[in-house]
Amino acid sequence: MSLLAVEDVTLKFGGLTAVNRLSFAVDAGEIFAIVGPNGAGKSTVFNLISRFYTPQSGALRFDGHDLLAVRSSDVAALGVARTFQNIELFDHATVLQNLLVGRHRHRRSNILSEILFTPAVRRQEVENRERVEEIIDFLDLQPYRDKMIAGLPYGVRKVVEMARALATDPRLLLLDEPASGLSVEETSDLRWWIEDIRRQMGITVLMVEHDMGLVGQVCDRVLAMADGAQLALGTPAEVQAHPAVIEAYLGHPA
Amino acid sequence: MRIVFKTDYVQDIRPWKDRYQLGLYLALLALAVAAPWLLDAFYLGELTNVLIWAVAGLGLMVLTGHTGQASLGHAAFLACGCYANIILLEAGLPFLLAFPLAGLVTGVVGALIAIPALRLHGIYLAIFTLALSILTDDIIVLSEPWTGGVSGKYAPPINLFGVMVDRWGTPAPFYWLTLAVVVLVTLGYINLLRAPLGRSFIAVRDSEVSAQAMGVDIARTKAVSFGLSCMVTGWAGALMGLFAGAFNNETFSVVISIQLLMMIVIGGLGSIHGAFLGAIVIGFLPQFLSIAKEWLAPLTGGGSVAIPGLEFGVFGMILIAFLLFEPMGLYGRWLKIRTWFELFPFYRKDMFKRQKTYLRTERLK
Ligand SMILES: Nc1ncnc2c1ncn2[C@@H]1O[C@H](COP(=O)(O)OP(=O)(O)OP(=O)(O)O)[C@@H](O)[C@H]1O
Ligand SMILES: [Mg+2]
Repeated sequence: MSLLAVEDVTLKFGGLTAVNRLSFAVDAGEIFAIVGPNGAGKSTVFNLISRFYTPQSGALRFDGHDLLAVRSSDVAALGVARTFQNIELFDHATVLQNLLVGRHRHRRSNILSEILFTPAVRRQEVENRERVEEIIDFLDLQPYRDKMIAGLPYGVRKVVEMARALATDPRLLLLDEPASGLSVEETSDLRWWIEDIRRQMGITVLMVEHDMGLVGQVCDRVLAMADGAQLALGTPAEVQAHPAVIEAYLGHPA
Repeated sequence: MRIVFKTDYVQDIRPWKDRYQLGLYLALLALAVAAPWLLDAFYLGELTNVLIWAVAGLGLMVLTGHTGQASLGHAAFLACGCYANIILLEAGLPFLLAFPLAGLVTGVVGALIAIPALRLHGIYLAIFTLALSILTDDIIVLSEPWTGGVSGKYAPPINLFGVMVDRWGTPAPFYWLTLAVVVLVTLGYINLLRAPLGRSFIAVRDSEVSAQAMGVDIARTKAVSFGLSCMVTGWAGALMGLFAGAFNNETFSVVISIQLLMMIVIGGLGSIHGAFLGAIVIGFLPQFLSIAKEWLAPLTGGGSVAIPGLEFGVFGMILIAFLLFEPMGLYGRWLKIRTWFELFPFYRKDMFKRQKTYLRTERLK
């Protein structure tokens, strides 16, 4: 059974149909990409999965749960983590604090025990740090551990955002244009990281990406969409060769 | 520059950086405890006042500095705490019960108000809370049987462990009582900030969408923050009432609300230090002004003419100066000075300059 299923989903913003009867499924252990021209509705699909938006029709299922029955702040608890296209970090906090917010879904303490900082809270904080430290090591963020986000270079922020998502211990990781704005070296690091995220951590990855080189290297399957609807679905090579995709990117042949 | 090598997680979790820093704060605390022997009654009273404002500042800091929700109505919660405390005392409750309860009641009232109020964002929340502050006056007048209305109420003397605690009669015990509240609130605040709840406040402040994606319930977190903020503010109000001795519907006016907000902005939003620094400014400004006026009197030729609204005007100007030149407040300024010394001679001018934030215009919501 697939881990994530999007079934015949339609979302309209007023007169604009951002997602149009879209269906696809991501299997556990897969690296799955969504590609498409600007405004195709890719980020909107992520926002639907995050439950920021509710579709007018269709169904969203994650691991047997009906996502539409879940509030957006409870999606993380099911094991879905994400990054944002425009980097949404906690700017006036340190890298460590950002990653620790990622641990929020594992919170066992309550307001009273936290104010008193009981031994149980202390143990929980140590555990959180152990996990976060593994991720810091994995993504080579040691030099930035105690630095404020405001002031970090763009490339580092993108990595921190991915680290924060990993800190939640997700089963499905949504990456919205992880390579955009990165240098060639940073993109090649990213490629290995994405592969290791699947291999070592066993996390399924769904990403939106414009860099077809990266998509071809790491992804098992690709969904191409335009104007909110599916154009093609298949292996990277199949999708890239698909006439509808070529047309969407290059326009109608004269 | 001191470089701290951390060797285990507990070291990372505890609130002080190293022994030197811990020593510094313990010395400061010892000095504060010894203040009644070092200061005369007048300055001890002033210091008590500063500490009470610091408690109020800590209360508002939770909400505004750490959760990012501006409130122009916190005088309402000062009033709530003040009246609750006195009413409970008059009902015969011992102080050790009445005082904590006064804060709790205020916190619950705050959280209940927060549920509808926090649907409002930014300036709308500020306007709502401002209205609340204005309404407080009328509410106090209308509920005369409990509040004494326009003629107000007097704080009864309180008895703590057999010791009479009264601002005028026994200023030292009253000062220690205030100090104890300050220390306890500060410790609780420090603990909160190094625990998940405090971090979720910061998360809500900096990015609601991603806080939500990390599993933080925005509405609930804001309401909890509002409740905690009001609870601490309620304690400050209770102390203010005892300190003032007498109060009525005009004591906790909108001006106090605005002053409180200005205070934490000047002190430095988002830091515990900021609440204290702001309280020092607000507490000593009247003194400073009267001294300055004496100094300037020969120059301006005027005698000791009272200029109405002078204090508030100067305060406003200081605030504007801070917003323009030092948005991080006094604490931010101090961090820069400290870094300058630590790194001497390598400090760069742009060290604290914020990097451009990228593509914020394309925000999700
Ligand atoms: N909150 C919103 N309200 C109204 N329209 C929206 C909203 N969010 C997205 N849209 C519209 O929906 C369409 C799809 O947007 P989306 O952000 O999903 O595109 P995208 O595929 O991620 O594009 P890009 O590659 O530029 O990121 C666009 O036309 C956009 O203007
Ligand atoms: Mg997008």
